[in-house]
Amino acid sequence: MRGLRRIAAHGPEPARIVGGVLVGLVVAMALVGPLLVEGSPTRQDLSAVLQPPSPEALLGRDHLGRSVLVRLVHAARLSVSLGAAAVMAAAVPGILLGLLAAWAGGWTDRVLSGVGDAVLALPGLLLVLLVVALAPGAFWPLFIGLSLAMWVEWFRVTRAASAALLSSPAVEAARLLGFGPWHVLRRHVLPEMAPLFGTLAAFGFAGAVLAVGALGFIGIGLRPPTAEWGLMMVELLPYYDEAPLAMLAPALCLFALVLGLQLLAGRDPR
Amino acid sequence: MGGVARALLRRGVQAALVVVLVSVLCFTLVRLLPGDQALRVAEGRYGYDRVTAASADAVRAELGQDRPAIEQFLAWVGRLAQGDLGASLVTGERVAAEIAYQLGHTLLLSLAALALALLAGPALGLLAGLRPGGALDRAGMVGAAALRAMPVFALGIGLMVLFGVMLGWLPVAGFHDAENIVLPALALGLGLAAASARVARDATVAATNAPFFSFALLRGLSRAQAVRQHVPRNAAVPVLAYLAVNLALLVEGVVVVESLFGWPGIGHALSHAIAARDVPMLQGTALSLGLIFVGLNAFTDVAILAVDPRRRG
Repeated sequence: MRGLRRIAAHGPEPARIVGGVLVGLVVAMALVGPLLVEGSPTRQDLSAVLQPPSPEALLGRDHLGRSVLVRLVHAARLSVSLGAAAVMAAAVPGILLGLLAAWAGGWTDRVLSGVGDAVLALPGLLLVLLVVALAPGAFWPLFIGLSLAMWVEWFRVTRAASAALLSSPAVEAARLLGFGPWHVLRRHVLPEMAPLFGTLAAFGFAGAVLAVGALGFIGIGLRPPTAEWGLMMVELLPYYDEAPLAMLAPALCLFALVLGLQLLAGRDPR
Repeated sequence: MGGVARALLRRGVQAALVVVLVSVLCFTLVRLLPGDQALRVAEGRYGYDRVTAASADAVRAELGQDRPAIEQFLAWVGRLAQGDLGASLVTGERVAAEIAYQLGHTLLLSLAALALALLAGPALGLLAGLRPGGALDRAGMVGAAALRAMPVFALGIGLMVLFGVMLGWLPVAGFHDAENIVLPALALGLGLAAASARVARDATVAATNAPFFSFALLRGLSRAQAVRQHVPRNAAVPVLAYLAVNLALLVEGVVVVESLFGWPGIGHALSHAIAARDVPMLQGTALSLGLIFVGLNAFTDVAILAVDPRRRG
């Protein structure tokens, strides 16, 4: 007990450890799941509709006789890769433009901040919905909409944090010593902001995964027969009584991933 | 109260941005949608077997689709500026009339959820914060963390199955009685309430550890009196500030919850409009939700200024 307390006091917080384990489990499921569990997520077996768990389908089968476990791991791969891709696509322009705005100041800063304000005028999901309306059911509008809604947060945080860092005595000294912008960024600005980026990435990831699930759920995200957690839940809603596990499993995966990311991120940065 | 005027001015700018953003996106949408709209209208008028390229061109000229894009866009914005939202491509009803019918339902649902987030959440958080580390605190914070991570639609389904089907206490969907609102409002508001409980709890702990609190006790106030005098207002500011930046969650949740529970509001209409590619309806509903978002933002701005005298000026 005492040892535990000491670890709790000096090591990472217990909540973060739990979060890391949860995220690790889901990511492992996305990476190696489709290799371990054989079968196609869209292969139907109409003679085994809503079958309870069996050795062939460990989590049972859905209303079209598809293995729930196979669909679950493929959906994990989809959500994790879409979330990671959207975070990257939001982070890179967000960080670069944020640094540019903080470095250049003046009109550059004013124009970029204005664009950011314009994007933030609408709730993020509404923006995603309007972009998704271009081609409901397709993958690309979803990805573009998410990145478009998410880059502003990276931009704003980077701009605010780097503006403070750029006016610090350390940076002034480095500039007086004749070091160029690249050195200042690498040595003084980016390392200081790394933890901030970690938090933003975790929250952004959770938000993107939730948005994909929500859109699938209301029928305007990805289309059947794609294996996607939100879509799986809504497809199985009429059969929740006969096959509760088939509906519960995707909900639990989504919940575990989002909870894990939130615990890992610690406090809300906003 | 110069602060209020400034806050409202900023929200006015935001409202204008919402209108520009939504109309530009919807206009782009019409032009990017596959198929020739003029040809389809001409088919409707003359019959699909008698339509010619010439009659399609005539319709195109009539709709102004042969003009340059920028001119068409100005005409589009001009109609919007006159309050003309057009007619739904699916039902043929005026979009403005449909929205006027749905608006009340959406406002009712969002205000019910907001009340939950503003009253129940902070009250629980305050109780938990008065005894940090106590049983209520620990149980409450685990519950709050779980609720915050729960997707709105999963929470909605859970509530439906638990209260609607297994216990049979409440109707799962529909729009007839007052009790129809309970489950959708819970699904929409519980996540926000959990988060605001968490914020209120931390603010309560901070307030009871502050020097002014010790001084109040030193002046001879009982602990209950000191709590009443200092804690609620000090906790209200961060709760409102938290809600202000997370109102987007409420508006996003409206779309999902209304679709799930069959609530006849704007969010439900929005998801239908996207599925049916009903652009006028999409524009109208997206505009209304965007403006509701701005309105709620303005409301929290003013509320923060009313609660916190330090920010006026």
